[in-house]
Parts: sequence; C-alpha cells; structure tokens
Amino acid sequence: MIAEIVATAARLFSGCRPRWLDEPPAPGPRVYFANHASHLDALVIGASLPSACRKRCRIVAAADFWNGNGLRRWLAKDVFRALLIERKKVTRANNPAEAMSEVLTCGDALIIFPEGGRGSGNAVESFRGGLWHLARRHPGLEFSPVWLENLNRILPKGEVLPVPLISAVTIGKSFQCDMQQGKDQFLDSARNALLRLREHE
Amino acid sequence: MLGDKAMTTLLGIVLGVLLLATIVGKILAARATTEKSKRLIANLNARTRAWWIMVLIFSVSICLGGLTTVVLFGLSSFLAFREFVTLTPTRRGDHRALFWAFFAIIPIQYVLIGIQWYGLFAIFIPVYAFLFIPIRVALGGDPVNFLGRTSRVQWGLMVCVYFVSHVPALLMLDIPGYSGRNASLLFFFILIVQMNDVFQYLWGNLFGRRAIAPVISPNKTWEGFIGGLISSTAVGAALYWTTPFLAWQSAALAFAIAGMGFAGDLTMSAVKRDLGVKDYSNMIPGHGGVLDRLDSLSFAAPFFFHLTRYFFTP
Repeated sequence: MIAEIVATAARLFSGCRPRWLDEPPAPGPRVYFANHASHLDALVIGASLPSACRKRCRIVAAADFWNGNGLRRWLAKDVFRALLIERKKVTRANNPAEAMSEVLTCGDALIIFPEGGRGSGNAVESFRGGLWHLARRHPGLEFSPVWLENLNRILPKGEVLPVPLISAVTIGKSFQCDMQQGKDQFLDSARNALLRLREHE
Repeated sequence: MLGDKAMTTLLGIVLGVLLLATIVGKILAARATTEKSKRLIANLNARTRAWWIMVLIFSVSICLGGLTTVVLFGLSSFLAFREFVTLTPTRRGDHRALFWAFFAIIPIQYVLIGIQWYGLFAIFIPVYAFLFIPIRVALGGDPVNFLGRTSRVQWGLMVCVYFVSHVPALLMLDIPGYSGRNASLLFFFILIVQMNDVFQYLWGNLFGRRAIAPVISPNKTWEGFIGGLISSTAVGAALYWTTPFLAWQSAALAFAIAGMGFAGDLTMSAVKRDLGVKDYSNMIPGHGGVLDRLDSLSFAAPFFFHLTRYFFTP
C-alpha cells in the first residue's frame, strides 16, 4: 500500500512514463542496470516497473553512504529494503557479489548502478565489476539496461531540493552474458547497450 | 452558479459542439479509406476525446467557484512551466533559482489573485521575479551563457505563469452591473480562444494555401488565420449577452482575442522550432503538452484583461 503510494508519487513528481523496448517482464531474477546521477534514480526505476515486479526487486546501494546517518539508514533499510553493499573495504566476509547473488537465488531482481556512484549526468563512467561476477555465478541471467534522463536535473548530486522537471525512463531489450566473453569485453558491451538507449530517443 | 443563464448557455454550446465533433468523428472514422486520412481522423478523434476531459475539468472547477478556478490555472501554469524548463537547456547553477520559481513564484502569483491584491499581481513577475532570478543564478556562480539562461527562465515565467494568470484574474474585475457573474466572462474568453484555435484548424485544413511563416509553422495559413478571425468575431458578437459588453464591443474584443491567440500560437511555434521539438510534451493525447494548449490563451489573456479593465471598470 505505502509502496504503491510512494511509486505513484515518484511517477507524478518525476513526470516519467516508462518506455519499454521489450515487453515488461514477469517477476523473477534479473538485473536492471542504469546510469546514475541522482538519489531519485532507484526510486524512479522501481516506480516504472509493473507492480508485481516492484515487490520482488531490491535496490543495491552503497553501505558507506546509506549507513551515514539515521535518516539515511531508515530510508534505505526500512522504507526501500535496499541491499547495502560495501564498496571500499571489501573482504571475504562482506563480499558484495555474495550478497547480491543470494538475492537472485531467492528469485528477486536487482537494481544496480554499475558506475559505482553518482556522476554529473553528462557522461557514463566505466563499469565496476559487479555485473560480471553476477553473470559468472548465474549463467543465463537476464540483464536489462535502463537509461534515465533528466533525473540529474531534478535532483543533482549535492542538492536537497528537487526541481520537478519531466524525466524519461527507457528500459532496453534484455541480454545474457556470452560465456566466451572476457570481463572487460562483457562490461564494455553492457555499457554500450546502455549508451545505445541514450541515442534511441 | 449553474443557475446563471449565461453560464448554462455557454456550457450548453460547448457540450453541443463536442457532441457534434464526436459524432462527425465517428462517421469520418468509419468512412476513412486511405492510410493518411485514417491517421488524420484518429488524431482528430484523440483531440476530441481530450477536449471532453478538459471541458469537464474546467466546467467543474468553474462551477465550484473562484478559488477552485484559481487553483486550476495555478496547476496549469505549473505543468506548462515544467514542460518549458524541461525542454530548455539549463545548467547546474540554475537549480536553486528554478526551485524557487516552481515552489515560490508560481504559488505567490496565484495567491495574489486569490486575495485580490491587484497592485502586486500586476508587477510581481515582471519586476520582482525579474530581479530575483538573475541574482539567484549569479549566486550559483556559473557565468557560462548567463544572460541566455536567466532570460529563458524569465521568459518561461512570463508566458507560462504571468500571462496565464490573467485568466483567473478576470474574476477580480469589478465591472458595474456585472457583479457576481465574472465566471461567465472567463468562460466567454476561454470559449473564444479555443474556438478560434479550432476555426483556424478547420479553415486551414479546408482552404489553407498560403503559409504565413512556412519555416516556423507550415500549417498556419492566411486562409486559416482570416477564416478563424471572422468566425471568432461572429461568435463573439452572438454571445455578447453573456458578457458585460454591447454586441459591437463584444465582437471587437473577440477579434482582439482571436488575433492575439493566433500570435501566441505562432510565437510559441517559433520557440518550439528553436528548441528542436514538435510538441512541448505528450501529456494530452492528440494535442501535445499543456503548453501547446495554453499558447494562444497565454498571449490573449493579458490583452483581454487589460482592455476589459481599462474600458469597463471605473
């Protein structure tokens, strides 16, 4: 109920109408990966998904940032059920790939920002290795690129007050990892799939 | 307010026209054979369907009273300004100025109408927003294309907020012998503006040959413009008894509304060409964005407001 209200509010505020290049998928393990420039990004992707998928979808977020203070921790853990992962001091015990893998094994989907942090919104940085590790551990896993537009203008990094412009969410055709591909090759092809959506407009 | 005879008649006319358009659209859709005509009719019918919804929202709000009308136009301004700013290139340094434009300047402009403070309403955006925006952008510390950026925000505020706010401001005019009936005047104004759009569209599609400014808008022809002008003036004259005007005055005002409506449409098309888009958004099926629907109204509103205020209020 609250999740539906939050999703509707997010859609109204960001003015987004999701554009699916494929049919919207059924709930199940899957990785949505997107360009990242705003705190609203994950919220808007979640709001764009069909409600059955939204309920079975976890946002992957940085533990160092979202454990930063009580409000953030409450938002991340209690409101959005985010999967908080370590991005700086990775050890065997807090291995992010392990935690993400577990979620997929449970049959849930993940929302990942493979650039590893918010950018200015103008360029897409090279991808961190997370997507690759998931592809290795889960052969046949579907990856869906999600291109977000204008969210960096609605709530850019370092601002707390939003400007309610109209954003656009494009969810591209999903693909699987070709097991012949090497790490850099796969990450590059994933990044290119995302960049192609930008030109799709 | 529905007990008011003028209002009931105006509403009746609108519903009659819409009903006619819906029936004609259905017949045309059944008869259309070529791919091109099918597309044209489908767009026409999408427009008619959107008109039903817009008329419903507008009529209900105007019947609920002045405050609802002010809120409705405030929301419309908000959505139009949102479309304008989304399409306009802005920079990070404009963020805070834009925040205040959305959440302070727009509400204040409409609150001023709600509390009927005419003096400040008339100068708030041209003077105080004009001062505030560049100051706030300068504090943002980014000088790149400063003049262009601040001008665009101010331009958007004038067209989407200041001009549009002159429509509900008609409710605060104190016209002798017409008190308590200003909602009819507002309805009359909107009816002429929107009918003029439709007349131009019909005349242009039927007889349009000579484009007025082909690069800006190939669909706006002299035939459409003049046909619309004459038709709207005639409608204005016929409806004079719903207004505080004599028949010739009502015709002259309808003429002015139609002329400015056309000018607004043309000017906002030029802005769209400049921004490289066809519509301001896709919020209203068949019409485009809120601003596509408000462009003619925006330019006609201050003109009609001040003509009425100058000549018909003490």
